[in-house]
Amino acid sequence: MTTSANVLHGDRDLQADVPDRRPRRRGQRKTVASWIFLILCVAYFALPLVGTLIFSLRAKPMLSAWTDMINDPQVWSTLAYSFVIGIFTIVISLLLLVPTAFWVRLRLPRLRPVVEFVTLLPFVIPPIVLVFGLISTFSRPPLPLTGTSLGSDVLLVCAYVVLSFPYMYRAVDSGLRTIDIRTLTEASQSLGAGWFTILFRVILPNLRVAILSGAFLTLAIVVGEFTIANFLARPMFATYLQQISGNLAYQPAAVALMSFAITWAAMGVIALIGRGSQTEIEVTGAH
Amino acid sequence: MSYLTLTGIKKRFPGGTVAVQDFNLSMEQGEFVSFLGPSGCGKTTTLRMIAGFEQPTAGTVVLDGADITDKPPNRRNVGMVFQSYALFPNMTVAANIGFGLKVRRRDKAFIAARTTELLDLIGLPDKADRYPWQMSGGQQQRVALARALAFEPQVLLLDEPLSALDAKIRISLRAEIRAIQRKLGITTVYVTHDQEEALSLSDRIVVMSEGWIEQIGTPFDIYNFPKTPFVARFVGTLNVLNARVVDATAGRLDVGGQEIRATGAVDAPTGSSVSVALRPEILAMGDGGPDDLRLRGTIEEVTFLGAVVRIRVKLPGDAGVASVDTFNNPHLAVPARDSAVTFSFPAEACLVLDVAGRDAVAAAATAI
Repeated sequence: MTTSANVLHGDRDLQADVPDRRPRRRGQRKTVASWIFLILCVAYFALPLVGTLIFSLRAKPMLSAWTDMINDPQVWSTLAYSFVIGIFTIVISLLLLVPTAFWVRLRLPRLRPVVEFVTLLPFVIPPIVLVFGLISTFSRPPLPLTGTSLGSDVLLVCAYVVLSFPYMYRAVDSGLRTIDIRTLTEASQSLGAGWFTILFRVILPNLRVAILSGAFLTLAIVVGEFTIANFLARPMFATYLQQISGNLAYQPAAVALMSFAITWAAMGVIALIGRGSQTEIEVTGAH
Repeated sequence: MSYLTLTGIKKRFPGGTVAVQDFNLSMEQGEFVSFLGPSGCGKTTTLRMIAGFEQPTAGTVVLDGADITDKPPNRRNVGMVFQSYALFPNMTVAANIGFGLKVRRRDKAFIAARTTELLDLIGLPDKADRYPWQMSGGQQQRVALARALAFEPQVLLLDEPLSALDAKIRISLRAEIRAIQRKLGITTVYVTHDQEEALSLSDRIVVMSEGWIEQIGTPFDIYNFPKTPFVARFVGTLNVLNARVVDATAGRLDVGGQEIRATGAVDAPTGSSVSVALRPEILAMGDGGPDDLRLRGTIEEVTFLGAVVRIRVKLPGDAGVASVDTFNNPHLAVPARDSAVTFSFPAEACLVLDVAGRDAVAAAATAI
């Protein structure tokens, strides 16, 4: 009896242990798989960068590609020009899309699929088609914009505004989803506010993070865009990079890495600014 | 002279749904009126038409002699408190309260003084620099009330302001709302589906159903003298018993094989089915006084609710079940289930409702 009892007891212990061990093993396997996956991903993204960095350091003397880049005024002038064009693009894009997204959500929800489709068109229409369309339309009267630098800049910004649609609209729209815009709008109206006040003092401040994400994505696209800038013959950073790639070996690698670092710094800024935000807290939450 | 008048208000939405029909109401200055009704009865739509968020299909809204029917909401000088508080998340409590004044371009010193005054009024003098998300629901709704009052609106509209709060806060806050309204003497329209809220807060109640006004009256009138079966059923708990008209002219009714007689004629044909409505708190166990009406049945269930014991008495046949509320008395035994009992009620407490139409008859009945 005793033996049998012990055996039973032992079996029970064994049975009790088994379900404990299995999940642990399964968990360990999952952890290992996760690490392998993470390492593969990091390698996929990091190896080209490391390769580029090593390549840029092959120049004689070793850091000459980097010092040349720093001392090259064209790097900074094209970068500054790209940023200025980027800022104009962001401002115009916001002025167009924030009221649109706001109005569609507030009063015309049925039009949302149509607006979404229109904003996705830049993914379907290649930039080369867009730029040829612009050039053929605006190189002759009544609006011969390609004839002057200012006119070409205007065309460039307009083209980039179109390119920014999918990113900016989606960012703003998802920001609008996190706040109860209908009630906030009505509350503002009952307090005496007009549409301008509602949009700029109530809605926009609550979209800060969404607008920043859209803005930085737009900036990254503008800084890296080549096709439109090249065909409009504008001194953008991407066209400069392509130009020096034909003549120099190591400096383009350094310049490419620097532009990458700037993009990452921009993303870091989004993360920093967005960290303290409370906009995602539900406006309608009780208690 | 009326301060806020709604005349012949109708609202038909583009899909064809008629939310409000022939709504007429005159309010005096400083009056507190509640719109009471179930979801979809048109009470919020009516409130939104006063606020200007919805345009009436027909009718006019006149405020202090001026027709505001076509005025946009931001030019109406009407303050509104929303169920979801609708505080601006990017602004502090002080900025929220001062928003309406800032929009009206009042000077900074005035805004600061008025904000402090209102923070004192709502009992949150130390919360000026907090953000909405740092406050509880009750505090947020107090701030929303202060914000709606800051610019001294002509009318205050409250759209189910306590629905999102828990029961305890709801009761304390509704008392505060009434105290503030009385102190400021502001004309107030309050929308609620909670009859207790409407009864405890209002000078008058507008009971609505399916877009129509069922009854307008004081809480006392609405509760004690409902004019339609809907009001009788919706306001307070009601026992509705099935009855048959034995003799319409003599007012004789049959309730589960027991006959009672109305004081006047019943406005329903002899042999037709009617409903007899009784409030539980009016009913008493036992035979009652000599003039009281009596009905007999068996106890189906006894529920102990603390101060009150609710006894459900099943009447014979298909007459239905009546709930009788009695005060808890620890020295008396709780009646046993399935035992035969008699309950009584004063003749005036009995309402005879026509089950067929919306214009029902309410008649006092008396026992044979």
